[in-house]
Amino acid sequence: MSIQGKVWKYGDDVNTDVIFPGKYTYTITDPKEMARHALEDLDSKFVKEVKKEDIIVAGRNFGCGSSREQAATCLKYAGVGAIVAKSFSRIFFRNAINQGLPLIQCKEAVENISSGELIEINFEKGKLSCQKGVFDFPPLPESVLGILEDGGLIPHTKKILKIEKGELKWPNIR
Amino acid sequence: MGKTFAEKILALKSGKESVIAGEIVTVSPDSVMSHDNTAAIAKKFKQIGIDKVKHPEKIIIPLDHCVPAATEKYASNHKEIREFVREQKIENFYDINTGVCHQVLPEKGHIIPGTLILGADSHTTTYGAFGAFSTGIGRSEVASIWATDEIWLRVPETIKINIEGNVPSGVYPKDIILHIIGDLCADGALYKAVEFSGKVIRDMDIGGRMTLCNMTVEMGAKIGYIEPDEKTIQWLAPRTNKKYEIIKSDTDAAYEKIIEYDISDLEPQIACPHTVDNVKPVSKVVGTKINQALIGTCTNGRLEDLKIASKILCGKKISRGVRLLIFPASMEVFAQAMELGVLQELVKSGAVIMNPGCGPCLGAHEGALAPGEVCLSTANRNFKGRMGCKEAEIYLASPSTVAISSLYGEISDVRGNLK
Repeated sequence: MSIQGKVWKYGDDVNTDVIFPGKYTYTITDPKEMARHALEDLDSKFVKEVKKEDIIVAGRNFGCGSSREQAATCLKYAGVGAIVAKSFSRIFFRNAINQGLPLIQCKEAVENISSGELIEINFEKGKLSCQKGVFDFPPLPESVLGILEDGGLIPHTKKILKIEKGELKWPNIR
Repeated sequence: MGKTFAEKILALKSGKESVIAGEIVTVSPDSVMSHDNTAAIAKKFKQIGIDKVKHPEKIIIPLDHCVPAATEKYASNHKEIREFVREQKIENFYDINTGVCHQVLPEKGHIIPGTLILGADSHTTTYGAFGAFSTGIGRSEVASIWATDEIWLRVPETIKINIEGNVPSGVYPKDIILHIIGDLCADGALYKAVEFSGKVIRDMDIGGRMTLCNMTVEMGAKIGYIEPDEKTIQWLAPRTNKKYEIIKSDTDAAYEKIIEYDISDLEPQIACPHTVDNVKPVSKVVGTKINQALIGTCTNGRLEDLKIASKILCGKKISRGVRLLIFPASMEVFAQAMELGVLQELVKSGAVIMNPGCGPCLGAHEGALAPGEVCLSTANRNFKGRMGCKEAEIYLASPSTVAISSLYGEISDVRGNLK
């Protein structure tokens, strides 16, 4: 699987309150509506201009703060194809994988990518290509990759339970 | 080489003889907490395609984030949760008259040393104050645990923070943790277990230990941990009759690093807009005008916090330009503060006493800010837009600093003002 998209570049410590404000946490339940508020308090241009498979590139500790899963959901439904960062906050990391949104941790790549450029990510090969070169990134752990490949944790759990009941066979799962 | 607390408890909960930091394990938690987000989790749970949760006795649900409901939408959310609780026969449900989850769970005897607690809330790290392994997870993960009783966790490396010295007058646990976060930064403990130790921790009361562990997530930590001692055992005694085993790090455990602090010369600390690690000593921000002062939340809404505030405000009036909101962390705290006359003193000084709950901390309920306004709060986050308005500014401080500042209408130094 590979994707190609335009880069939206941000700095360090992009927190969940600026990704998806707390005031919406119990009033917005539809993922498509969540997407309309993505990055609302950080970059008002984002939701107006973001295209499918665009890629967010950010600094350290992306997604720090609240455990709200909507921070990952709103970006996924806004069309974001992947997030590349120097590091991710741990709950956001889990939430993104559980929403089927791929994350790449690659400090070197982040330092060499500019906002607005087109980059390509090949997940199987672990390669990111941008104007300044090609960067390698380590693959995700197998157990985590399985969740991502199933499109998120809910479909993944559904599949596991079907296997346990004998409705699906093992090769379908990691 | 010995083992850390994190390695020991995750080995125990994954049924392995031993595990090492960096390993990924599958564990079965002792308890799973969710709050007002339970209705959204229930929807995800139904998508999995099963009807009944595997272990209703492991599920704990306090309503706290928007209580009582502010709008029809919030009311419907609470209604859905109450229906789900009945349908799934969940016993440990606490309605809007109980308090903030992180205060309620320990008070009601759900937290004991040596247990693994997961919660759909980032400040679930609080329970490390009782020697539990507790951390935040997302909504899909809670739904999945309800269905399977399992989750994967990475065994974290451990940073030991040793705090020594004599705590100066006017300095409180909140000042200590803000100082550490300012020093280590917002990702200073990313993915790590943080173990607090030293004389200052041994002397600290349980409420202060909860404040420390609550805020470890603000430096990226997976858990906070304080080794249970006689104080822990005494605090738990009237609240639970469950048997527990205290799990401690070995004296020769493999810590990733050990950081030493001597706080003998520490000033009261303030986290300035718009990040929790933008911490300055109070002397650098004295004089900053405030419109709202907030004492409460899961960080600092306990009896000892309200007592400190009432002592400072006793017989005085808050500044005319300031709104002082008090949110006791739980109904137990509320009742005790009432009996002791603490609330009476606060009301006389001009404070507004609110019902226990998260209040304006996350901008979803009452006490929101207007553009251009400044709030000095005892909460744990000051991100842009956090209290409902991105053009407002939030400063974080101890209950003592918030109380003295509400008297003067500007950020003030409590030292020299103490009786």
